[in-house]
Amino acid sequence: MDAELNDLYQQVILDHNKNPRNFGELESANHTAKGHNPLCGDQLDLYLLIIGDTISDIKFKGSGCAISKSSASIMTTLLKGKKIEEARVLFTKFHDVVTADTDTEIDEEALGKLAVFSGVREFPARVKCASLAWHTLLSALDNKTEEIVITE
Amino acid sequence: MQNLDVNKIRSDFPILSRLVNGKPLVYFDNAATTQKPKDVIDKINYYYSNINSNVHRGVHYLSETASKEYEDTRKLVQNFINAKSHNEIIYTRGTTESINLVASTYGRNNLVEGDEVLITHMEHHSNIVPWQLICEEKGAKLKVVPITDDGELILSEYDKLINEKTKFISVVHISNSLGTINPIKKIIEKAHKYNIPVLIDAAQSIQHTNVNVQELECDFLAFSGHKMYGPTGIGILYGKKELLEKMPPYQGGGDMILSVSFEKTLFNSIPYKFEAGTPHIEGVIGLSEAIKYIQKIGIENISNYESDILKYATEQISDIKEVKIIGTAKEKSSILSFVIDGIHPHDIGTFLDRDGIAIRTGHHCTEPIMRRFNVPATSRASFSFYNLKEEVDVFVESLRSVIKLFS
Repeated sequence: MDAELNDLYQQVILDHNKNPRNFGELESANHTAKGHNPLCGDQLDLYLLIIGDTISDIKFKGSGCAISKSSASIMTTLLKGKKIEEARVLFTKFHDVVTADTDTEIDEEALGKLAVFSGVREFPARVKCASLAWHTLLSALDNKTEEIVITE
Repeated sequence: MQNLDVNKIRSDFPILSRLVNGKPLVYFDNAATTQKPKDVIDKINYYYSNINSNVHRGVHYLSETASKEYEDTRKLVQNFINAKSHNEIIYTRGTTESINLVASTYGRNNLVEGDEVLITHMEHHSNIVPWQLICEEKGAKLKVVPITDDGELILSEYDKLINEKTKFISVVHISNSLGTINPIKKIIEKAHKYNIPVLIDAAQSIQHTNVNVQELECDFLAFSGHKMYGPTGIGILYGKKELLEKMPPYQGGGDMILSVSFEKTLFNSIPYKFEAGTPHIEGVIGLSEAIKYIQKIGIENISNYESDILKYATEQISDIKEVKIIGTAKEKSSILSFVIDGIHPHDIGTFLDRDGIAIRTGHHCTEPIMRRFNVPATSRASFSFYNLKEEVDVFVESLRSVIKLFS
């Protein structure tokens, strides 16, 4: 397998694809949103329980490719217990990782777990897959429950 | 199979010798669009270098030359599908526009509230949405012929769905996502017993098999140039003269009129009535070379060779236990759709691309079929007469590696 493909499908991503964390419905959720990528048919339901300004629980379900599923899974592990403002900062960080120029150095330490998505930059067609969960998050934070987020 | 010199054919297509991601290109996305032979590319270059001008408008040499090539192509298409008259050949932008033209002219003129339009469960979105729009406008109903788990039409249901309210039937010849070849002659015969006109969507059949409109007795036929080795942006609508003559114009503008005054406009005769504005001249002229190329190789030879490739690919892929083929009709064209449990088609597509293999992944503009088979998307390999069994081997090998990676 070539190096770029290796960067895209890192072990962490494959693992989260196979065993997604926080997968399922969250009955106590008070913020929800649906994400949809019409190009590939990816569907995502995101459930948040927000108490005060903290995401005290988060779950997702849906179907999608390895990139979109692992992105959602990793996102939930990062956000549980975080304040809403911190979640928004992470969104920006994530967005920068997947859309940065391919020759930009990645500061893996500062990015932490998000660094595994740096390989997506080499595959412009897959950026939408990686960002579906995060765009759906923004919608859920605003509690636009009925609005379907579309990335294509 | 022995009638085709595939190596010679491959050398006619410049793109086939390029590398993609450092690997020789394996182009298995022919149902999306086919590659172009040098004849077509050179002809477009020739058109712009030598005879570029507007058609039907000038008395000068260039316009007369371009108009002649433009109209000669109409006769070539007539001959290719065995239409009775070249006036039954209308240039459009593609299959989608051809179908929209019929829906919004014939459909608008003939449908009334309570009428029914019949399509099938395996239509491309372009043979669903135009009918939905006109049905909604007229208060008519869209009825759908169901399919089996193998992806074949249930003809007994078709028989039941036809009734005195059915005013139009529009059916795909070959399904773009299942590969099923539909028994269109039977379908047309049955419809004509009730005097219902039938449109055949030939976008996936015109390049693979013989299509003879007089033998089929179809009322309309729609196809695209770019899926038959020609340029994008040019398509054909064939219609029976007596139907076309009764239909109102599709768009207004230049070339489709006899005379214009502010009080009244007299429309041109068919086919020009349906061709408003400056057309896609280089598309038409490029298409003529594509048809000549197909005729040179012979549609029978093409059919036989592609059946053989499909058979080989189906056998090879069936050896992989994780693969499930979607679309297992008895009569199939060279389209192989499949899913692999636990691996999304987009991941497969990205992986194969790194090996230089181009396949289509997604819903193929046939979302109702995806729902019918309960899959979000499929991977689709579609073959042409320039593909090789060796390329199938590369493809199958690459599939095995993806499965290994995700296991």
